[in-house]
Amino acid sequence: MNDVHKEKGTNKSLSLFFKSSFIVSAVIIVISSILLYFTFTFDIVPPILNRGIQPATFPKALLILIIALTLLTYFISLKNPWKNEKKLPNSFYITLLSFVVFIIVSKFLDFFLGIALLSIIVSYFWGERRVTYLIMVSIIFPLIVFVFFETILGLRFPPGIITNLYYG
Amino acid sequence: MENLGLIFAPLFSYKLLIVLFFGTIFGLILGVLPGLGPTTGGALILPFTMTLDPLSAIVLLTAIYCAGTYGGAITAILINTPGTPAAAATCLDGYPLAQKGEAGRALGMATVSSVIGGIASVVVLIFFAPLLANLAYEFGQPEYFALAIFGLTMLASIGEGSPIKNLIAGAFGILISTVGKDFMTSIDRFTFGINELTEGIGFIPVVVGLFAISEMLTQSILINQIFNRVALKAVKLPSIDDYKKTWKTIIRSSGIGSFIGVLPAEGGTVASLIGYAEAKRWSKKPEDFGKGSIEGIAGAEAANNAATGGAMVPTLALGIPGSATTAVILTGLIIHGVRPGPDLFREQPEFLYGIFGSMLIANILFFVLGFFGAKIFARITLVPNKLLWPMIFAVSVCGTYSLNQSIIDVWLMLLFGVIGFFMRRYGFSVVPVIIGLILGELVEGTLRQSLVIFDGNWLMFLQRPIALTFFVLSLIALSFPLIKRKKKNDKV
Repeated sequence: MNDVHKEKGTNKSLSLFFKSSFIVSAVIIVISSILLYFTFTFDIVPPILNRGIQPATFPKALLILIIALTLLTYFISLKNPWKNEKKLPNSFYITLLSFVVFIIVSKFLDFFLGIALLSIIVSYFWGERRVTYLIMVSIIFPLIVFVFFETILGLRFPPGIITNLYYG
Repeated sequence: MENLGLIFAPLFSYKLLIVLFFGTIFGLILGVLPGLGPTTGGALILPFTMTLDPLSAIVLLTAIYCAGTYGGAITAILINTPGTPAAAATCLDGYPLAQKGEAGRALGMATVSSVIGGIASVVVLIFFAPLLANLAYEFGQPEYFALAIFGLTMLASIGEGSPIKNLIAGAFGILISTVGKDFMTSIDRFTFGINELTEGIGFIPVVVGLFAISEMLTQSILINQIFNRVALKAVKLPSIDDYKKTWKTIIRSSGIGSFIGVLPAEGGTVASLIGYAEAKRWSKKPEDFGKGSIEGIAGAEAANNAATGGAMVPTLALGIPGSATTAVILTGLIIHGVRPGPDLFREQPEFLYGIFGSMLIANILFFVLGFFGAKIFARITLVPNKLLWPMIFAVSVCGTYSLNQSIIDVWLMLLFGVIGFFMRRYGFSVVPVIIGLILGELVEGTLRQSLVIFDGNWLMFLQRPIALTFFVLSLIALSFPLIKRKKKNDKV
């Protein structure tokens, strides 16, 4: 009997770690702590050039404040738990993946191609199957935006396999 | 007061009238589309404003702000989805009334109360902003520091959601502002050896990321959502009976909205919720609220539009944004070389009064366009998300890239999009991040300059009466949510 109680108690304490309030708080605290560590690597200015406080002091104070408030939020969440969020659907991960595709393609191949690829991936996986619309959203519209920015705002887009064709 | 005549100047400039017309149409479209809105729209259009002179650019942004805030009501009433967060309270009675076959009456009341609220708030802006600017002449660095702290604590106090989460988000916004070369000592902070980061993180990648890209991710989980649309024949002007029922509510909500708008927080969203709650509290028929009460629509709509002028007061007089959209407008001012604050009132009254006048005209324009064009604008919601969001992405990417021609800005935009998505998912508002980012430099700069003046003695802050007042107000603002919670618990 005692063992059963113990097991139940263990599960309860384990489930605490999988709660969104715990995960979110942990992520914020870990990132803030890493950033806090970096503040100790900032250069120190000599007192004669120092304007009130050292350049690292203000970010340090902010990060400590964020950590303290996050801990407070977490302890409050033990009394008033956050509402449970639904599991994220595949369409979310595909959209997120399309961002990665965009970053890689725009960096190594072409900026315009990156936009076109993202548009077609998102549009297709969000349910669009009509080819005309896919072409419109992935080629015609980005082309209009590209030409508009290029001519009206005089913007020069980064070089790439397609952009270079346009610029000659 | 001698400058009041300048308010009518935009009426005589065909260029400004054209800008106002297109700004109002664009604002209505943005307001109607759920997930967009004047903040995202303003951020997306900022790069385009570089082709305009400063006054036209700001007039365009303010027209988008006024019309976008109203536009949210169209979707709230017809498809029960607020086009903007500020229209959330309008859904409560707008949609039930539309379901009863009175969509035209609901939209008519929303249009009229929005216009009255909007115009009342511009009047507040015209009279109150110069007074506040005059007061700000007394402000030194310590006072500005205390004021900025007060602004940030207000976010916790009257913002939406958890006050502590709002404070965390605000601190995160300020932290973003510290990235790059320290503006006083040129020491690199959080640059991680990336050259592009030495200039700091720009406002546009953060705003577009937190609003447009995070919304795109939010829409990605709602792709199977079906909207129940209520048919609209025509917008109807409210009847005499409706006016009799609502005139007090409209006046009250206009006052509430203008006041809430002045406080640096989420402006229209909070104003409409309070306006709605007060309308219910004072109503002779509170039991009708939530079932299609015309007073409920008037209360929410007058308040959210009244917040537009109110939020412009601290933005123009002090350079402290009253809402997320005014933070975008403030950035527009800075990009165009206009520094808001007391000096602006003394040196460029024609510029300021041009903005005031344009806001008045924008309110009249969206009345006309809303009244006759609501049916057409409502059809914009028929554009499916699977086509709309890839197009918004293309504009977001090009717009973000265009300001500094930096691909790092585009990546940052995507990063902030992901951060914004998770923030919203777990109940952190993104608005405090924007306000924190805008106020960050002011907070740190004035703190450090004050400490130089005070020779490092922090207690000297307490010897400055104005600064001390703001600190006391900040403490009150911070304790307000605790008092509210205690009252709630006592009631239970």
